[in-house]
Amino acid sequence: MSAAANPMRVLMRREFQSYFATPVAYVFLIIFLILAGFTTFWLGNWFEVNQPNLSAFFQYHPWLYLVLMPAIAMRTWAEERNAGTIELLLTLPIELKHAVFAKFLAAWAFAGLALLLTTPMWILVNYLGEPDNGVIFASYLGSWLMAGAFLAIGTCMSASTRSQVIAFVLTVVIGLLFLVFGFINLTGGSGWLVELIASLGFITHFNSIAKGVFDLRDMLFFFAVIGVFLYATIAVIEMKKAD
Amino acid sequence: MIKINELTKRYGEFVAVDRLTFAVDAGEVLGFLGPNGAGKSTTMKMLAGFLSPSSGTASVCGFDVEQDAMQAKRVVGYLPEGAPAYGEMTPKSFLSFIADVRGLTGSARTERLGQVVELLGLNKVLEQPIETLSKGFKRRVGIAQAIVHDPKVLILDEPTDGLDPNQKHEVRNLIRSMAKDKLIIVSTHILEEVNAVCTRAMVIAGGKLLADETPEQFEARSRYFGAVSLQPKAADFAHVQGALESLSGVAEVEVASEQRLIVLPKPGVRLFDPVNTMLREKGIAVEDLSVLRGRLDEVFRSITEQGVRS
Repeated sequence: MSAAANPMRVLMRREFQSYFATPVAYVFLIIFLILAGFTTFWLGNWFEVNQPNLSAFFQYHPWLYLVLMPAIAMRTWAEERNAGTIELLLTLPIELKHAVFAKFLAAWAFAGLALLLTTPMWILVNYLGEPDNGVIFASYLGSWLMAGAFLAIGTCMSASTRSQVIAFVLTVVIGLLFLVFGFINLTGGSGWLVELIASLGFITHFNSIAKGVFDLRDMLFFFAVIGVFLYATIAVIEMKKAD
Repeated sequence: MIKINELTKRYGEFVAVDRLTFAVDAGEVLGFLGPNGAGKSTTMKMLAGFLSPSSGTASVCGFDVEQDAMQAKRVVGYLPEGAPAYGEMTPKSFLSFIADVRGLTGSARTERLGQVVELLGLNKVLEQPIETLSKGFKRRVGIAQAIVHDPKVLILDEPTDGLDPNQKHEVRNLIRSMAKDKLIIVSTHILEEVNAVCTRAMVIAGGKLLADETPEQFEARSRYFGAVSLQPKAADFAHVQGALESLSGVAEVEVASEQRLIVLPKPGVRLFDPVNTMLREKGIAVEDLSVLRGRLDEVFRSITEQGVRS
């Protein structure tokens, strides 16, 4: 007799596998790799800059994720609601918070896989020169944390509608806000409100982690965003169950 | 095993379920009848733990559906309306997923999955994506999913809706075969289903409980219950009609068509013997003579329309 599997782990595995049930996952991974390559080599002029690091690769991640992460997250709850399977899922002996977390983790793992597929570039820079591997590791970590924040927003938007398209658009809009928040200082404003809004910008925190400066606050920031939006997801599902 | 007390669900001003109170025991097959939007599904959703009651309580096997939600969900198997399932999965992977979430392990898991697949005849479609299956098979997958953990309480929301007559027959047989040691609640708006599978019928309309009785009692509400239908020879028609009208116990003689008479009984009277005896004594030959059953749709209509008016 093997021990009973944790329902949350079971659900996470199902969700993760469901990405690969259709060719969409493979298409997504290919698009991600092409765009990552395109931004690095063309927009980032990686060959001309001629520095053995991956900063050209990472600097476009916030913008790449702005479009790609909503595409991963849009299915999570909107599809359940649309197909009616939400009723099935929530009458299984699994707590709602665990179901929300399991779906998020599956999406985050999928994003992690996409990121993992770019590691040949890491190997390449090591072959071409002597990069600071600590910095590159930190950049990967920061990138993945930021992906998580986008996905948490996407999960929440997906829970609020039965249309994946609407979920996608809403997530892009909110994600864009979190990107431009970081630039509010440039408007010349000041004061606590401007400071507060600026501190919510994803790019600042991401760049700070990606520089290899291990400031716990930057990581906590992304965990906080994830926490807040997953909590909101639970609330939205509770509220909209009857629809 | 199921106790419901003053169970109510409100959506703003609208009351979907209005102070329902009843109890059901193991071995019963309870049929929920009612027009669309009567509150049947909402009640079932609350019992299954999907929706929270606005007020009142419901408990399953002693577990309150809100306070002990997880325990309650463990003893309940639920088929939501329309039998939703993850379309990209195959019945095999879907049922395995349900078994895993339900905590089945090892040989018990393998054995039970085998039984369920056998019981619902899913062998041939095990490896096909559910979205490619016919409606009948989808419904069977939905029922399979609900009984994987051999639940004490089974809640089936319109299990035969949209199935062809053969499939309906199969599902009804299945429900009957499981009824011995379980409590089963079935919602339907097919009235014949009540006689076919239920031991108890409840009529709900406007969120209120309007009737709660055995299918026989339900049927007996019909004025056609125990009525006699006969087809006299054309020459005898008026004569027979007159003779029947003067028979004691007869409430009314209805001319159903040019050839057919229907003799309606006074409440509680069985008419077949008196009518038969009278015909023999008077030497009247008839083409056809039969006892009618209650007309369920008529009963249903009169109950629900009264309920809505009051």
